[in-house]
Amino acid sequence: MTDRLATTLDVNGRSYSVTVEPRKSLADALREDCGLTGTHLGCEHGVCGACTVIVDGKPVRSCLMFAVQAEGLAVRTVEGLAEGDELHPLQRHFWEQHGLQCGFCTPGFLMLVAGAFEADPTIDDAAMMEVLSSNLCRCTGYQNIAKAVSLALKDMRAGR
Amino acid sequence: MSWTGRALPRLEDPTLLRGRGRYVADLAPGAAHVRFVRSPVARGRILGIEAPEGVRVYTAADLADVGQIRPVLERPDYVAVSQPVLAVDRVCFAGQAVAFVVADDAAAAEDLAERVFLDIEPEDPVVDLDAALRPGAIQTHPEAPGNVLVEGRMRTPGLDAAFAEAAAVIALDLRSRRQSAMPMETRGGVARYDTRDGRTTLHASVQMPHMLRTGLADLLGCPEAELRVIAPDVGGGFGQKMSLFPEYAALVWLARHVKRDVAWIEDRRENFLASAHSRDQAFTVRGAFDATGHLLGLEANLRSNVGAFSCYPVTCGVEPLMAFAELPGPYKVPEYGARSRGVTTNTCTMAPYRGVARPMLTLTMERLMESAARRLGLDPVEIRRRNLIDRFPHRSPTGLVHDEGSYIAAMEAAVAAVDVPAFRLRQAEARAKGRHLGLGLSVFSERTGYGTPAYAARGMAIVPGYEQVECSLDPSGHVELRIGASPHGQGLGTALAQLVADELGVEPGQVQVVSGDTDRTPYGWGTFASRSMVIAGGASRLASAKVAAKLRGVAARMMGATEAEIALEDGFARVRGTNRATPIREVARAAHHRSHLFADLEGGLRQSAFYDPFGTFSNACHVAQVEVDVETGGVRVERFLVVEDAGRLINPMIVDGQIHGGVAQGIANALYEEVVYDPDGNLLTASLADYLPPTIHEIPPIEILHMETISDATLTGAKGVGEGGTIGAPAAVVNAIVDALSPFGIEINEIPATPERIRAAIRSARDSRT
Amino acid sequence: MKPAAFDYHRPTDVAAALALLDLHGADGKVLAGGQSLVAAMNFRLARPGVLIDVNRLAELDYLRVEGGHLRIGALTRHAAFHRPVVEGPLGRLLSRVVDHVAHYPIRQRGTFAGSLAHADPASEWCLAATVLDAEIVVRNLRGERLIPAAAFFKGTFTTALEPDELIIEIRLPLLDAGWQGGFSEFSRRAGDFALAMALAALKVEGGIIRAAKLGIGGVADRAIRLSGIEAALVGREATESSFRAAGAEASHALEPGADIHASSGYRRDLIAAMVTRALAEAAA
Repeated sequence: MTDRLATTLDVNGRSYSVTVEPRKSLADALREDCGLTGTHLGCEHGVCGACTVIVDGKPVRSCLMFAVQAEGLAVRTVEGLAEGDELHPLQRHFWEQHGLQCGFCTPGFLMLVAGAFEADPTIDDAAMMEVLSSNLCRCTGYQNIAKAVSLALKDMRAGR
Repeated sequence: MSWTGRALPRLEDPTLLRGRGRYVADLAPGAAHVRFVRSPVARGRILGIEAPEGVRVYTAADLADVGQIRPVLERPDYVAVSQPVLAVDRVCFAGQAVAFVVADDAAAAEDLAERVFLDIEPEDPVVDLDAALRPGAIQTHPEAPGNVLVEGRMRTPGLDAAFAEAAAVIALDLRSRRQSAMPMETRGGVARYDTRDGRTTLHASVQMPHMLRTGLADLLGCPEAELRVIAPDVGGGFGQKMSLFPEYAALVWLARHVKRDVAWIEDRRENFLASAHSRDQAFTVRGAFDATGHLLGLEANLRSNVGAFSCYPVTCGVEPLMAFAELPGPYKVPEYGARSRGVTTNTCTMAPYRGVARPMLTLTMERLMESAARRLGLDPVEIRRRNLIDRFPHRSPTGLVHDEGSYIAAMEAAVAAVDVPAFRLRQAEARAKGRHLGLGLSVFSERTGYGTPAYAARGMAIVPGYEQVECSLDPSGHVELRIGASPHGQGLGTALAQLVADELGVEPGQVQVVSGDTDRTPYGWGTFASRSMVIAGGASRLASAKVAAKLRGVAARMMGATEAEIALEDGFARVRGTNRATPIREVARAAHHRSHLFADLEGGLRQSAFYDPFGTFSNACHVAQVEVDVETGGVRVERFLVVEDAGRLINPMIVDGQIHGGVAQGIANALYEEVVYDPDGNLLTASLADYLPPTIHEIPPIEILHMETISDATLTGAKGVGEGGTIGAPAAVVNAIVDALSPFGIEINEIPATPERIRAAIRSARDSRT
Repeated sequence: MKPAAFDYHRPTDVAAALALLDLHGADGKVLAGGQSLVAAMNFRLARPGVLIDVNRLAELDYLRVEGGHLRIGALTRHAAFHRPVVEGPLGRLLSRVVDHVAHYPIRQRGTFAGSLAHADPASEWCLAATVLDAEIVVRNLRGERLIPAAAFFKGTFTTALEPDELIIEIRLPLLDAGWQGGFSEFSRRAGDFALAMALAALKVEGGIIRAAKLGIGGVADRAIRLSGIEAALVGREATESSFRAAGAEASHALEPGADIHASSGYRRDLIAAMVTRALAEAAA
């Protein structure tokens, strides 16, 4: 085993000092060392997208990035999406539109869309639907995810 | 206004949306991790297991006191086989657990596992379904000559006559390739040993917690009381998480043995290799039609590849016996003959997957109708109209009783909604430009909500089917509903809360539904077979009605009225026709704390109920519209319409969600997903780059129309709806492809209809013409 | 699916990275976007002893036009190409191609140079480099060399890159306004690896093809430049029938590979369709 490295992760604006093996994925470090289990692992090879988080303003697969690589970068996870009691527009519309069933893929979808919007606030619905093809959901047939995202984008564009 | 029937946003969601769901892997930190060492070959003899120096490797020898998984059907045509928790002497499929190691974290456990050397002498395996049935085929199990583990047979006396007088006989060979249910969350368990009382709690991502506890107790030879099983939030199951898997037995054994917390979180590769597969089925059928298109008789040879072992508790009979019993589907089949076999091979074990045999039997009947229509020069809608069940109750040739449905009406509604004449115009215009559009129909019934009689008829030694529910009202007027069913993402808790809220006059948010914990819920069967809303829903209504009766009695006494005058609504017990009302919480408090005043009233505020219905049939019609790229064989589904009749809708939003997800999985079955083994039994599709669940890009908008035929087969009027989408979609998509390619005269009778298969069909059609 | 252990280094300048590569030789592996490498490591199909993370080499994070070339610094992510990076046909073509490179989050991390170094036979960028006459600038402690794409790709996951060499930049010759690009790919799902794809660039004047670049990917151990068909196209009319003829010829240019998603024969069908469509788009 190689030595563990002490590193600092900046997650949802909070600093976590962790000591991890270099091989530990960002996802595993978030879940095990930061106690943020909202980020899920569905495949660990970058296809399913359940582990999507935002790193430096862009949605990325946290299973394909090592925790040590995130040192000094701003990481955001589903736990940081709502502001206190107030749900993020994406969360609100996923709820109202029944955009989730088992909920396992949901954090990944939320961070995917939130991150893509942050990276490009002018993104239109059609382009966002292509972005949505990055993640897998097994329950919803994507119908209500698409509806929820369209409605949330309206709110997000309006700054609500 | 009643809560039932409202599209209430789910009570489960705020937690899940904030990332505060608790799935089994979330409970693993702090536990030691188990890693299974799995057979790299499909079949062979274990010569030795070499442990790296200083590493404790657990093998079958360590588990000598643990029993083997041996599901039983009490029928003469069934051969029981035993599955050891860890392979003993022999391995029967690539991926079978042979040993395990334990380490502080998952990565370290993987390091150890790859250093364990399995000395296995490989032998030629039997992999393919029909190859396993050939004379002289290699035998998967010595006790099952010919590789048949279960066989159903029947033949009505008039079948030969039906074929003799037929104007047209349509013969079809259909093939469904192997699929994985592929829930987003893999399997996993965390077993915790409690040194105070010696009990072990298994948190596991499962659909049948009570059954799992029974199975584990039997394997370990301990009283059930020493075990507690908890299904936390479950990230989808679709049937894959029903069975008792060897890994859970190993995990609980280990926790009891080392007296500490141990976890096994399956990775995606293991999930493909060793969880469960399904739908590896081949159906050969002949249909006898008269000149006017009436089906006179149906003869079928049905084969299902059930893999290496038999799944517990439903057994390997689940696919073949359902195919056998339900092939006629929504159609009148006067004469019927069938032979259906479950065939064992050196592949991953089959388990139920959403729809089980019905996607394939629906494909079969719908291809049969289409082919007969073409042969007889009939409109495909008209031939279905002539053959669909139109009088209820209807008894099928296998003895199934169909309660009232809307088989023809649903089809007519679907055909009207898609505007077939307008489509035909567009299709002709597109063809002139070299584009190939097609429209396909699928009509089916879905047997749902069936209780013990249906399972007993299958000969199951363990007969599932009923549900029990306990309902109690606390002094603050809040309700706790403890159910034996075990939801895994469908939103059952919300729907049950709506039902119960109406009975008790409270808000759904005041109803806490407790599920998935064997310590906190009455014995029940869990969630599968489109049953939970019907059966757990019926039991919930019965239990809450008993509590409501007591509430009314107390309220009547408090307000000087009769029980019949009391209505429970909006949080109040009201005396009808007056303005007298008492908050329910005050009635509840009085019932608890002033009970001496109501000592003569029977019952209490904690009631249980048992419900075991005979079963009901939902029905639906699906219509798919596709475009086929004839140069690549690629198919795009452009439109999908569902007319669903699932009886009364308790929460229409949740019902639609079930249909959406089901249709997407059905489209996946039709076009994308296929588990592939090489001839040596090595799995070639062990990643999501090779096994292809569709993305949003591949799934079209899905339109849904509802009909609500209320039969008296269920207490709530609701019929099951969990599987219908998956059952109907493959046939609709395949029929649409065949319609699109009608200029080529092509039949597609194999799913998934991959681009390569479609191109091959186009090529062979062209070659045979030139 | 946790990777085998490794040592991790994160140099902050190219010189330090080269020193590490020199030190670790074949044991060392460059970690750029990691979108293919880390997945392979999670399956333990790749197990480098030492990872040299180049993500903090800010000096390689650039895109510029210089000397008639688009110069793509080695840290340029796929997502940089979502919008045209240079005016004219080259920028348009690259932004057309990038939509087929995996998925959006993968494109935020994966790099153009990393794709080339990984040399997946189904990589869109490897095809683009092959067809558009890329030159790859690589460096080790002893110096720098320029490798033309034709000499760079050696086979599946195999390149001319030595273990101690680092890709510094990729140079793509600009295409003047007379050119137009076309691209066509067939994959099972959105974002999947290509079962076959074709990339073309044509110069058409007065309905006649004056110059052509054409290649196919996803069908052999590396992208294939179809020079013979390029030559045959020159002087022909830019019509559907020319493109179909080219497609038919391309489908017989080689024996395509087979896997679980496509047999060799089926890939021939796809090659014909993809080549025809890419050419038609380049002439539209």
